[in-house]
Amino acid sequence: MQRKVLLRRPMKRVNYAIIAIIAFALVLGLWTFASQSGAVNSTFLPSPTEVVSKFFASINDGSLGENTAISIYRITMGFLLATVLGVPIGILCSCFRTMSALCAPLCQFIRYMPVPAFVPLLMVWMGIGEFSKIMIVFIGTFFQMVLMIIDDANSVSDDLLAAGYTLGASNTVTIFKVLIPAMAPKMMQTLRMMIGWAWTYLVVAELVAANTGLGYSILKAQRFLKTDAIFMGILVIGLLGLITDCLFNILIKKLFPWEEGGKNG
Amino acid sequence: MDKNPMDLKIAVKGIDKVYNDGKKSAFKAIDNVSLNVYKNEFVCIVGPSGCGKSTMLRMMAGLDFPTKGIITIDGKKIIGPGDDRGMVFQTYTLFPWLRVEDNIKFGLKLQKFTKAEQEEITYKYLRIIGLEKFAKCYPKELSGGMKQRVAIARALANNPEVLLMDEPFGALDLFTKSQMQLLMRDIWQKEKTTVIFITHDIEEAVFLGTKVYVMTPSPGRIHAEIDIDLPENRDLDLKDTPEFIKIRRSINEMLHPDSNKLK
Repeated sequence: MQRKVLLRRPMKRVNYAIIAIIAFALVLGLWTFASQSGAVNSTFLPSPTEVVSKFFASINDGSLGENTAISIYRITMGFLLATVLGVPIGILCSCFRTMSALCAPLCQFIRYMPVPAFVPLLMVWMGIGEFSKIMIVFIGTFFQMVLMIIDDANSVSDDLLAAGYTLGASNTVTIFKVLIPAMAPKMMQTLRMMIGWAWTYLVVAELVAANTGLGYSILKAQRFLKTDAIFMGILVIGLLGLITDCLFNILIKKLFPWEEGGKNG
Repeated sequence: MDKNPMDLKIAVKGIDKVYNDGKKSAFKAIDNVSLNVYKNEFVCIVGPSGCGKSTMLRMMAGLDFPTKGIITIDGKKIIGPGDDRGMVFQTYTLFPWLRVEDNIKFGLKLQKFTKAEQEEITYKYLRIIGLEKFAKCYPKELSGGMKQRVAIARALANNPEVLLMDEPFGALDLFTKSQMQLLMRDIWQKEKTTVIFITHDIEEAVFLGTKVYVMTPSPGRIHAEIDIDLPENRDLDLKDTPEFIKIRRSINEMLHPDSNKLK
């Protein structure tokens, strides 16, 4: 008799990787077929080779590097600003009810406001300089981040804090030597997720109000119906997102060897 | 044991603890509890779940505060937690990001001991709990019993006036639990630390304690104070002696008068 297949069965890493590669190949194959067979007009759907050659052409003429650099600059600044403010505020909200009452409900409200709708407002306030793009990334991530950091901090058990107290730690020492180290792995996972969102908001900002950046290059390509350039722009952003994600993952594994329980994938 | 008033460590005087005070849902968890813990005593507080014994201990630790009454240590009112009262919890509270030795050094660093002193004290207690070999391990590599042993070492290394223990062996299997009881007796005889130990296990309370307070629930009250007149040197065989069984049964009778009847 064959054994029953149960949920969440483990799998060898190699097999997992093979299936993942097949999934990518499948999508690429479908795309190639659709463009080569003539089923779809090549103006609307460029072939993978056209996109790749566009990619190298953009590297050679320097436009891709330039646009990528400015986009990375904007996302880094916006995300850093959100982190530098969001993490301490989130931690303080978890520690003090007054702080929580002051910030949490407000953040809950603002995070439901549509970020793209802030673009025209910010342009009116700040013009179309770098700062307005940075602010879009900031608004898109900050409020959400505060709420998620509160959750991360709340997940640290009261007993762990009490253990710190009964060993002689003051409030400040307990926050820095117990709460923050205890929540650090979850916090890094939160930041990892937030930077993914940051990419989305960056492109929103660049689509609406910019004359440089990856988002802008996509918009420009649309005006001239250069779908190969649109595809390339989207793929490059996806790739950059994937790279940041991998870097975060490696960092998390390196920083927290003590963490209990392994995770798949 | 002579009870010189000078030796009074922790005094609990007329404590009430009411949750949601003043509201319709007000609930009295502890009602007019008074108790005294003298220097070098090993005091066990035994009672069923919900009798407020853990709340009592948390208030002695300064992690919670009474609604009425006062708790003092060495005559001074307890206004918050401090390193004069070490605590061991039922849940595992080792800091998972610190190696075993650094967990034990946590309090010593705060007390500004020199590196050499930290090392010396840490290894003294690692030796007492028999885990020197695991000094460099992370808590995740230890079993439940080992984690609790390190937690005891970490609390003792700080040299507290009183060691507060909140059902520390509640999550351990029976064998490990009795090993830990032997270890606790051994440590107490060597160090003569004042211990206040919470448990719902009557046998554990009688085996460990020099004095047992029996608490009954809803609301939490002290039902009896019993001096345990058993020899200083205790091994597990003691649990089978008539003297031991007599005390154990008398406490059981207080807590569960109809325990032989099926409800």
